[in-house]
Amino acid sequence: MDLSRRTFIKFAGAAGAAGLAAKPARAEASALRTVNTPAVLVDTTRCVGCRGCEAACGESNLLPPPAQPGSDAVFSTPRRTDPSTYTVVNRAAASSKEGDVRYVKRQCMHCLDPACASACLAKALEKTAAGPVVYHKERCLGCRYCMVACQFDVPKFDFDSPAPYIHKCTFCAERQAQGLQPACASVCPTGALQFGHREELLEEARTRIYQNAGKYVHQVYGEFEAGGTSWLYITDVPFDKLGFRTDLGPTSPPELTRTALAAVPFVLTLWPPLLMGLYTFSKRRAEASKSGEKEAHHD
Amino acid sequence: MTDTTLDRGGFDVRSFIRDKIFLGMSLGEYFRSLLTPGNAVFALILIVGVPIIVYRFAFGIGASSHLTQMNPWGIWIGLDVMSGVALAAGGFTVATAVYVLGLKEYHPIVRPAVLTGFLGYLFVVIGLCADLGRPWKLPVPMAYSFGTGSVMFEVGWCVCLYLIVLALEFSPAAFEWLGLRKAREWAIRMTLALTILGLCLSTLHQSSLGALFLMMPHRLHPLWYSGFVPIFFFVSAIIAGLSMVIVESGLSHRVFKDQVDPKDHGKLDKLTLGLARGAAVVLFAYFFLKLQGLVDSGRFDLLLTPYGYWFLFEMLGFILIPSFLYAIAVRRQNATLARWVAGWTVLGIVVNRLNLSVIAFNWNAPERYVPGFMEIMISVTIITIGIMTFRWIVNRMPVLREDPSYPQH
Repeated sequence: MDLSRRTFIKFAGAAGAAGLAAKPARAEASALRTVNTPAVLVDTTRCVGCRGCEAACGESNLLPPPAQPGSDAVFSTPRRTDPSTYTVVNRAAASSKEGDVRYVKRQCMHCLDPACASACLAKALEKTAAGPVVYHKERCLGCRYCMVACQFDVPKFDFDSPAPYIHKCTFCAERQAQGLQPACASVCPTGALQFGHREELLEEARTRIYQNAGKYVHQVYGEFEAGGTSWLYITDVPFDKLGFRTDLGPTSPPELTRTALAAVPFVLTLWPPLLMGLYTFSKRRAEASKSGEKEAHHD
Repeated sequence: MTDTTLDRGGFDVRSFIRDKIFLGMSLGEYFRSLLTPGNAVFALILIVGVPIIVYRFAFGIGASSHLTQMNPWGIWIGLDVMSGVALAAGGFTVATAVYVLGLKEYHPIVRPAVLTGFLGYLFVVIGLCADLGRPWKLPVPMAYSFGTGSVMFEVGWCVCLYLIVLALEFSPAAFEWLGLRKAREWAIRMTLALTILGLCLSTLHQSSLGALFLMMPHRLHPLWYSGFVPIFFFVSAIIAGLSMVIVESGLSHRVFKDQVDPKDHGKLDKLTLGLARGAAVVLFAYFFLKLQGLVDSGRFDLLLTPYGYWFLFEMLGFILIPSFLYAIAVRRQNATLARWVAGWTVLGIVVNRLNLSVIAFNWNAPERYVPGFMEIMISVTIITIGIMTFRWIVNRMPVLREDPSYPQH
């Protein structure tokens, strides 16, 4: 997707207009957006597919160890995250040339205005002020609306359990609260994962793109996608080749439902008087026709 | 037999059970009366279905369905919830017509429509419990953790409140059955307020079921994705309600012939054609609303794809043609035709809800979802129990007939 200045202005304008319509919700979301939220910059040109991040994630989140450690066979088909795997590194062919491959780590994108959190009717998924999108398991009904709402197919469900939960990357919220980096970023040996503040990482990403003329695709994935995410990606091959959805657009998903939710007070305040009016009208008409009949009888 | 124990002063449990539950028969007679071919079919469904429901709760959703991480929603959402709620819309549609708009001639079908609505919603909630991973957590969003920014929160609250409203709207019939005059009077006094509240809640949750999909342009086929989806859902719910009332009243008059007041026998055709007239108009309007959605999306290019043909089939086969057929039925005063069209329209609404939530949903995902046998069987079993409950109530309470000892309200 190419993001011209015009699209950006349009996006900013739309966000402003929506802000007028739904003030409290918008204020909350935009506050999150302007806060210099924690983020990770993923430079796919630097990733060598060592999967150290997978191992660190499993260890930190008390998950089983990653599949086929040390084996190259694990890359033969792209993997997805699941209830016991919060992050995966996949391999994608960058061109038809043999061995010309890129590795891409996938996990929850920790959107700035996440679909999952706005989908959840019980606030089991929540965008915290600190940045990470966290899951409160004790509130979850298991409705799986978060799964279908997420554009990145991130929340995963214990389909095998009679008392299932949702599972996804936590952005190591607890580690972050202690001033530590997320486990995955802390072990990356090549600097492919860089933890920091979102604004600074965006600067860093742009700097890399501009200083390496012709190397990178001129896009920071996650800067605008689905309203912006805390995980940002840069790459030297088109994003769709790496398995990213490039059709998401800059609107944050909750924005799409805000007009529908804004209709609630209108229905509740306008329907009753309108219906009472109709009721009175129909009653009068019935009485009038009744007395009309009577008069007709008298004649 | 009808002058119950209550009139004789003391309360006799045995004769209460005999009169009110066993229809005045002894236990043996009652069970013998249940031995019919229809009940054999019901019994077969329950014998297969109930153990599967137990299996679902013992071993989880994965073991009993074809739902996956890529396709987490299936027919439990598409059929039991999405279609169920639409088809239960007859309650608010007919109640509004009779109590607000003053169309008194439809009074004989208010109670069956409200009962269909109440049981429809009740079994939607029961079906939902099969789909929810942790149904025992249902009180969470109702009592202390309010996800007010969620459309699902609105759906949940409206459905819960509307279920209570429908129970109260139906309660006069239950009170008449139990001989509780005072309670019945109170319930009747609330009718207008309940009807208005019911319409408010129906407007909100029928449309917000559609609004659930607003957040999923990435998942829903562009021909079905539209910013107008909430409006489509509300308008088509009215169609579903009217058509379902036609189907249900037609079947009821056949199945429960002895229940219907003989003086009402001739009335049904006229009422059916009146409802058909309404359905024809709303269907026609719905067709143009959908057309606006198509123009708005601007995706005419997709019409000449397999999904496009299916979309066109829905637009013409399930909306435009039934609209004309309804009109023809009204014009020729052909209630039988209206009933067939109503059945077809009901099917069309189910197809529409399945299109949104299953067929055109995840259309671009690498794996397709096809419901499994156990999944279908759980839905069929829940629907069957719903029908059996409807029959149980109609056979006992004044639903299709009026209780002569109570004045009409």
